[in-house]
Amino acid sequence: MSLPSEILIKMYRAMLRIRRFEEQIWEVYTGGLMHGLAHLYIGEEAVAVGVCAALRDDDFITSTHRGHGHCVAKGGNLEAMMAEVMGRVTGHCRGKGGSMHIADMSVGILGANGIVGGGFGIATGAALSAQKRGTDQVAVCFFGDGASNQGIFFEVMNFAAIWKLPVIYVCENNHYGEYTPTENVTAGKSIADRSLPFGIPSTTVDGSDAIAVYEATAAAVERARKGDGATLIECDTYRYRGHHVGDPGEGYRSKEEIESWMAKDPIQLLRTKIMDDNIASGAELDAEEREVEKEMENALEAAKAAPYPDVEEVNQHVYA
Amino acid sequence: MSMREMTYGEAVKEAMAEEMRRDPTVFLMGEDVGKAGTVFKVLLGLHDEFGDDRVIDTPIAEAGLVGLGVGAALTGSRPIVDIMFGDFIALAMDQIVNQAAKLRYMSGGQAIVPITIRSTMGAGRSSAAQHSQSLHAWLAHIPGLKVAIPSTPADAKGLFKTAVRDDNPVVIYEDKMMYALKGMVPTEEDYTIPFGQAHIKREGDDVTLIATSSMVHVALDAADALAEQGISAEVLDPRTLVPLDRETLIESVVKTTRAVIIDEGYKSFGITGEIASTVYNGAFDYIDAPIVRLGAMDVPVPFSKPLEDATIPTPEDVIKAVQDMKIIHR
Ligand SMILES: Cc1ncc(C[n+]2csc(CCOP(=O)(O)OP(=O)(O)O)c2C)c(N)n1
Ligand SMILES: [Mg+2]
Repeated sequence: MSLPSEILIKMYRAMLRIRRFEEQIWEVYTGGLMHGLAHLYIGEEAVAVGVCAALRDDDFITSTHRGHGHCVAKGGNLEAMMAEVMGRVTGHCRGKGGSMHIADMSVGILGANGIVGGGFGIATGAALSAQKRGTDQVAVCFFGDGASNQGIFFEVMNFAAIWKLPVIYVCENNHYGEYTPTENVTAGKSIADRSLPFGIPSTTVDGSDAIAVYEATAAAVERARKGDGATLIECDTYRYRGHHVGDPGEGYRSKEEIESWMAKDPIQLLRTKIMDDNIASGAELDAEEREVEKEMENALEAAKAAPYPDVEEVNQHVYA
Repeated sequence: MSMREMTYGEAVKEAMAEEMRRDPTVFLMGEDVGKAGTVFKVLLGLHDEFGDDRVIDTPIAEAGLVGLGVGAALTGSRPIVDIMFGDFIALAMDQIVNQAAKLRYMSGGQAIVPITIRSTMGAGRSSAAQHSQSLHAWLAHIPGLKVAIPSTPADAKGLFKTAVRDDNPVVIYEDKMMYALKGMVPTEEDYTIPFGQAHIKREGDDVTLIATSSMVHVALDAADALAEQGISAEVLDPRTLVPLDRETLIESVVKTTRAVIIDEGYKSFGITGEIASTVYNGAFDYIDAPIVRLGAMDVPVPFSKPLEDATIPTPEDVIKAVQDMKIIHR
């Protein structure tokens, strides 16, 4: 199957936007322009982008502590995201949430999450709601290899299976949970296997290959919209940077390992594919990059210029 | 007593290492407690000494992790279970509240559950609503659990060692903003601090500041400033919430006739309410001013720095509360 060229270009651009955003966060952090920490998604872009390219605006996602990529891919606004990470009132959450809690309900981003496994129930519940309301919306739950050991993962798969819920569980297996290698704490050959006892089909894809991720997701979305129920997709991926911006990411990971993953960089892979298939030239793709660069600069400037929320706001939004 | 200066984090690690050397049934498990030495890095080196068998990295599965700890404690081990952020205790509440806390009672006194659950509390790191809460009141509410909440390196070490030796489930909360705090700490092996003994951190006559964990330092700062204004504040740290040293709290307020209670838990339904009622009842005839309770604002901890700062009690809040009492020296 060959994908329409506009999807490929759109995915290329989305991956660049994530990469640039995350690089910018790194500068913002090291430049002392933000408080707290952030978990960077660099290296994993093809997962968020491949999945979200197969979704509609009115579909839902739940995200993780490493959520910037998901939010960009699902239609979050770079300026509002940057402002949020910097605690400014123009942020998606008026500065109340920060990096780990970016949400934009208007485009189906039901929230990043500071609790590992925090999205399982919410995504599955969003799928239940779509079913009850009689829409054909689907919900995607992004989660890490580490999160796959939380008990609620198994609870929600059972719900999704008995009620044929339109939910897609997308595991981002980046081979570590914080500083611990996944295999040290995770039983079984693969996380994808975990849904099989529930009768939920699963597949494992190369998480550096946006096209492969897109295709797997598109098939799962079709299944879900038809009323055939849930799917689990395990994406093999890697974070180039540390667990968060304060972690150098070395010591517990070898240089060779990091370099071997960087050698199959998701953005480069798609760029090569686009150029090999004569969909766009290098010059055209470079132009995309310059545009993203400009968008990012504007977002940063706007965020920097934005004020912090008024202290009076602290009491607002506790209750509806 | 021989003493050594160390940080709060080092004191916790030393307590743990000493107890593990002393008692082979003690082991530690938690997420990234091994080579990584926890995300706060405070246990670096422990794994080098005790190895994989006794310093154990676990899956990210708090309910299971605590549940295994309870089962191990019930059958001859003395596990220390590390829950990285106090907020994550929410995931393990059934195991703590319905299992650990009740097994002894429900079994008619047959069982002991000597598990130590260590976790963190405290805002101030811009970690937002799910990594900043101080939820110790939840557990202090449950009969069968003990709760310790040390404010200094020496207390951290002494209370931790007592926790490990106690035959009951103990939850011990460390404020993650205090890990670098330095202080003199006793070094002998059997240095422990009995539970249920409040500690007078500073003596005074005009007002009692009852404070917990990092709020002790807020109270001490306030006491310094008040001294300059001619007001003598006593600073009292209960150190354990369960058991609570009600007598010492009451005695102090009988002496000073006034109290401000400062704790970083949400103010409503928090431990300041319990302490205030204890003091009202015990010192009623002596009290000269309404007791003031200061706690975290009743909102989820916001991310943005100016908002977050507004939610935590400060020395200025304490000073104002005392000034409003209009203390007149006769
Ligand atoms: C319930 C809970 N336990 C522990 C943590 C601390 N923590 C934050 S991220 C993380 C590792 C998560 O690993 P994984 O799910 O693989 O995601 P990754 O960081 O690799 O993207 C841990 C343990 C948490 N935030 N929530
Ligand atoms: Mg991971």
